Amino acid sequence: MTGAVTAEHEHDTHEEKTLGFWLYLMSDAIIFALLFMTYVVMVNNTAGGPAGRELFDVGHVFAETMVLLASSITFGFASVALVSKSKAGVLAWLIITFLLGFSFVAMEIIEFLGMIAQDAGPGRSGFLSAFFTLVGTHGLHVSLGLVWIVVMLAQVAVKGLTAPVGSRLMRLGLFWHFLDIIWIGIFSVVYLPGVL
Amino acid sequence: MANTSAQPSPKTYLVGLVLALMLTAFPFALVVWGSLPRMQILLVIAIAAVIQVLVHLRFFLHLDLTHTPRENLLAIAFAALLICIMMGGSFWIMFDLNHRMM
Repeated sequence: MTGAVTAEHEHDTHEEKTLGFWLYLMSDAIIFALLFMTYVVMVNNTAGGPAGRELFDVGHVFAETMVLLASSITFGFASVALVSKSKAGVLAWLIITFLLGFSFVAMEIIEFLGMIAQDAGPGRSGFLSAFFTLVGTHGLHVSLGLVWIVVMLAQVAVKGLTAPVGSRLMRLGLFWHFLDIIWIGIFSVVYLPGVL
Repeated sequence: MANTSAQPSPKTYLVGLVLALMLTAFPFALVVWGSLPRMQILLVIAIAAVIQVLVHLRFFLHLDLTHTPRENLLAIAFAALLICIMMGGSFWIMFDLNHRMM
């Protein structure tokens, strides 16, 4: 009886936390929407410096897109492993997701450093300030997602797949998939029109 | 635990992956190899992006109109409305200003 009541309570708490997390994600979506807007307003203000056409490498961006999409899928498989209560599965898929996310951030840093090396850093023009702010904010979110994945790896390893740990993993999944959605906006608004 | 939405299954993610791959590859291919006028390519990019966002919401974030709690859907719809007002209003002001300064 008490067990059922506790389970019911836990279920309600989980639902409340999911709603709360959606509210956070939506406020984050508004931040990104305004960064996108700033970018679109600033995109032609190159101040005599390089424009997207000279700076963006479609192949590199396509590779980044594939790596991030793959990491979304591998996180999905971690969620499936969570439902089937497979601790080893969750750990393995989370580690693969971490490695893919890490590769994505590394590729982004390489791109940024390459741009800064050819005097196209965030200080060069309004266009580049807006570019680095938008893409950098996304990269920062992915990096924080990586930290969160490490924390959850430790929690799963130490505490096992308890209800609170599972609930946290599901919110991490929402966060991770949300970042992939923002990336769709980035390649569709920044990179593809930039090289067109 | 996963009662807030449809249960995640490998099939859901794989269907989402195939759709996402097509919706990503098509605009990239069009930009690299396509010979359509610029405005038409931009339109295709925009449409593919909107559809891909919906695919991700449905297959990866498991949003749907029957299982997702109504307050979550309302929060998302409200955020979408705010984004439309803020982006639409800002574009209107900035492009009008730009036009007047020419």
